[in-house]
Amino acid sequence: MAMTGVLRPGHAQVRVLDLEEGVRHYRDIMGLQETGRDAEGRVYLKCWDEVDHHSIILREADRAGIDFVGYKVLNNATLDKLEADLIAYGVKTERIAAGEILETGERVRFEIPSGHLIELFADKTAVGNGCGTVNPLPWNPDTMHGMAPRRFDHVLLYGPNIAAVQKLFTEVLGFNLVERILSPDGNSNIVIFMSCSIKSHDIAFGEFPEPGKLHHCSFLMDSWDNVLRAGDIMSMNKIPVDVGPTRHGVTRGCTIYAWDPSGNRFETFHEDRQPYPDHEALTWTFEGAGSGGGLDYIQRKLHESFLTVVS
Amino acid sequence: MTNFKVGILKTDQYFSCDAEQSVLAGMMQNGARGISVGCRGGGCGVCKVEVLKGCFEHKAMSRSHISEEDERQGKVLACRIFPTSDLELRVIGGIKDLLGGLE
Repeated sequence: MAMTGVLRPGHAQVRVLDLEEGVRHYRDIMGLQETGRDAEGRVYLKCWDEVDHHSIILREADRAGIDFVGYKVLNNATLDKLEADLIAYGVKTERIAAGEILETGERVRFEIPSGHLIELFADKTAVGNGCGTVNPLPWNPDTMHGMAPRRFDHVLLYGPNIAAVQKLFTEVLGFNLVERILSPDGNSNIVIFMSCSIKSHDIAFGEFPEPGKLHHCSFLMDSWDNVLRAGDIMSMNKIPVDVGPTRHGVTRGCTIYAWDPSGNRFETFHEDRQPYPDHEALTWTFEGAGSGGGLDYIQRKLHESFLTVVS
Repeated sequence: MTNFKVGILKTDQYFSCDAEQSVLAGMMQNGARGISVGCRGGGCGVCKVEVLKGCFEHKAMSRSHISEEDERQGKVLACRIFPTSDLELRVIGGIKDLLGGLE
């Protein structure tokens, strides 16, 4: 398989109620590196193994949640093509000027039927991962502290009309449906997991009456051990934990869900699947998501906060 | 450390809470019940209460859940208020039905 269209999640702009509390959480406790601040006061951060300038942008605001999620595409020709495809599909797009967020080229922004703003972009300054590119280090102790996630992995977004969202992502943006959780009557999907790579998900959506909600931003950990180590660090810092440590039956991921100081859920996640695009999507019944261990494979229960607590 | 008494209306739940901890943290620490526990950071809104009696300090609460009018009326998030006197509360928020608005 060659990745030639949408490559990966590139950035998420997360709203925090107190900027410095947010920076302390993501930089000092989680261990992302601060790579810049702009004139609006937004703070830019990256995980240790990310090459591009930033993946998480924190914006102080009077409400928590997410402003937008950006996906990096292969090049500018791909960006132009996907923009044309979106317009042909009937999606209204907007070009955001290069530099509106630091070190980033033009972005194509559009609103999807769940009420979220999604962006595509081709250019972001590659600052490197601190390991070099010739005879590189496997990892650099100078760039690793705190929980030290490898990368910003995916988001789970909650909003209405996820059937239409699935159609848009699979038919226009080239994503594959990897797994899904059915509604109680089995007639529709209530959570969908979609990939533009061989990750178990590059984006996921849950059906929810209110538009534009954030369920969580996920950060990739190298191992189960490092998920547990992240849990130790959460406890040392009295971070409120939602679910875990456990394994998700859905995606097989090893996980802890917890909340940042503004009530935005985040996940420390260890990937344990490599679905290729020719693999059949896996289906979880609503019952399977709960007592079947879809959410929490070890405890086999549907934590009530999973379907209802969002920012 | 001054401890204040917090009561939840129409329940038999009373617990003590000091000025350094949120009302929600006080409830959890004392094993009391009645207010739903969510993000504990002022973002999700499930612990919304109305303060009927008493005084408190508060940290920022997401405007998605607490409007300026709410704030004037003492409708706040229990995870973001810190008592400066005894308090009496009424629960407003809560974790919705598991299926939200789906049915």
